[in-house]
Amino acid sequence: MTLQLTLSQLMNGLQLGVLLFLLAAGLTLVFGIMSFVNLAHGSLYMLGAYFGAAAFAKTDSFTLALLAAVLGAGVVGLLLDRFALTKLYTRDHLDQVLATFGLILFFNELIRIVWGPGSIFMQVPDALSNTVEIAGFTYPAYRFAIIGAGLLVALGLYLLIQKTRVGMLIRAGATHPHMVASLGVNIKWLNTLVFALGAALAGLAGVMAGPIVSVQPGMGEPVLILTLVVIIIGGLGSIRGAFYAALIVGVVDTLGRAFMPTLMRSIFERNTADAAGPAIASMLIYLLMALVLAFKPQGLFPTSAGATR
Amino acid sequence: MKRTLIAAALALSLSAVASAQLKIGFVGELSGPQAPLGQDQYDALMLLIEQNGGKLGGVPVQVIKEDSQLKPDVANQVVDKLLDKDKVQIITGVTFSNIMMAVHKKITDKGVFLIGSNAGPSPIAGAQCSPYFFSTSWQNDNQAEVVGKYASDKGYKNVIAMAPNYQAGKDFIAGFKRTYKGGTVIDEIYTPLNQQDFSAELAQVASKKPDALYVFYPGGLGVNFVKQFQQAGLNKSITVMSASTVDGTTLPALRDAALGWLSGTFWGPDFPNDANQKFVAAFEKKYNRIPSQYAAQSYDAAQLLDSAIRKVGGKVDNKKALHAALKAADFKSIRGNFKFNANQFPIQDMYVFDVAKDSKGRVSLRTVSKPLTNHQDSYVGQCNMKPI
Repeated sequence: MTLQLTLSQLMNGLQLGVLLFLLAAGLTLVFGIMSFVNLAHGSLYMLGAYFGAAAFAKTDSFTLALLAAVLGAGVVGLLLDRFALTKLYTRDHLDQVLATFGLILFFNELIRIVWGPGSIFMQVPDALSNTVEIAGFTYPAYRFAIIGAGLLVALGLYLLIQKTRVGMLIRAGATHPHMVASLGVNIKWLNTLVFALGAALAGLAGVMAGPIVSVQPGMGEPVLILTLVVIIIGGLGSIRGAFYAALIVGVVDTLGRAFMPTLMRSIFERNTADAAGPAIASMLIYLLMALVLAFKPQGLFPTSAGATR
Repeated sequence: MKRTLIAAALALSLSAVASAQLKIGFVGELSGPQAPLGQDQYDALMLLIEQNGGKLGGVPVQVIKEDSQLKPDVANQVVDKLLDKDKVQIITGVTFSNIMMAVHKKITDKGVFLIGSNAGPSPIAGAQCSPYFFSTSWQNDNQAEVVGKYASDKGYKNVIAMAPNYQAGKDFIAGFKRTYKGGTVIDEIYTPLNQQDFSAELAQVASKKPDALYVFYPGGLGVNFVKQFQQAGLNKSITVMSASTVDGTTLPALRDAALGWLSGTFWGPDFPNDANQKFVAAFEKKYNRIPSQYAAQSYDAAQLLDSAIRKVGGKVDNKKALHAALKAADFKSIRGNFKFNANQFPIQDMYVFDVAKDSKGRVSLRTVSKPLTNHQDSYVGQCNMKPI
């Protein structure tokens, strides 16, 4: 196993990690502040990809595609919150799971009606379609851009939440929602804002993933599962936790897939290793989650809200 | 006025009942990520029926379509409904092998003819073969075998094989290895069926520098794989031979990303024979897209039914006669050579295609070579066909 290969696998892990972070940030905020389990978060990711692909096809501009995806998913999130989900915030988690699972089916079917059942075309923007050579290994420029954009968004979120008044309210709302409300803050609008922000981030993740993965109905579900693992490992409601956990999950998952089969082959005979290697590699992140739950049940970076609820 | 309307409605419904003499069931994946396959099967079937003025073999037909949702339990339910409630005499379609395994025995045990127009799992070509089952597609391994033969002909010495880690993935790699001679498969990579990102595996493939890569990634998985492969800049350095990965259902989402990829199957839209040219033109006109191989298979299933029903004069209750008429395969297949083997799977030529721009500038499949002529599957020896 060469150094270059290991490096490029690390980059791959990082790229998956920042994508997961964009999804996990919104999901964990919504959970932390509203104690709301939103399984339809993956659908917002899918909508982002579709809005982006449609805008890209129409205008040939990736900037407009990004804008369409972020705004589109954000507006859908806003409408969802105002018209469909507000009533569910006070219900118990099982009701929320059921209702948002229904939303997944609804959105998948809606997409199928509008765009058809097959996957639709979306390419990498021309400016980023080449590969870059660093330290002896080549890497797709577009994936570099994803890593860069993801880290920028993470920085932006950090500044927003730690340094601004809205961020302060969000943090306060996460730990003491009733106190914040009784101090005269319109917690309902704060909720809507957070939900729309989370939706926009999911849309951004969707449009950035669009040129890499198949843009098709149901594309949000596999990634949602990984996202749930991320927020459990990171600690429910914690943005910082989501960031580190997303990177850990991305890197563990990618390195596991890359090196586990070879590792297994050095232990077992070929047939057994070929069957067991990928299976164990895909279990790694769940094993990691189980370990975290066993030793730190609140996740790696728990918020105090996570402890009290 | 009201009475007239009711009378008219009654008359219309009666005439509908009277003219719809033959009921045919269609089962396929019509929702979910694999829906484009089932949709192409259905559309091609309906195209031929429409061209024939709503008839097959001169008999007016009513097609009852059911979505098996890629779930064997759902497939069982819809087949029960088709058999017991709708009392269909013939069923066609079936997209996935696991669905085929779930419904094959149930349908054929009832003495209802099943014309499979896609999945061809090995058990029903071998020990579990039935006189009531005909396939107008292929036995699963065939599309891999033709690629293996092509790799041998080309003299590739080092090949890496990749597929999702499930039964069909293993079958497609086994089929490739059966006909690949004169070189070695230096690595076999199996990825979990739900894995969407292949960057880790691609980095490994690139570092091993094989003469060629052989992959089987059907449907949306293929779209992911081809895009990521191209973005990694590997299209320039590694020849890719694929089976069931780049086809009419995925190329619209891939376009230039797939240019140069090779694919092995039995039919391509550029086949020059008259029957095919007519089919492709009619399909494009009606549905505004290039037909996929799934459409081609289903169109031939419809043609087969048309010829057989005509031969028995519409008397589909005479099972012995209908069986003989189906077995004769007396129609102009759009693939060219076609006849049924003892296990009622096709004996046919297998081709290799590459992805290229067609005359209208669209990305499509172009015939490259015919590595296998009059090819039959390797399970026919295990089939002990019972008479009807």
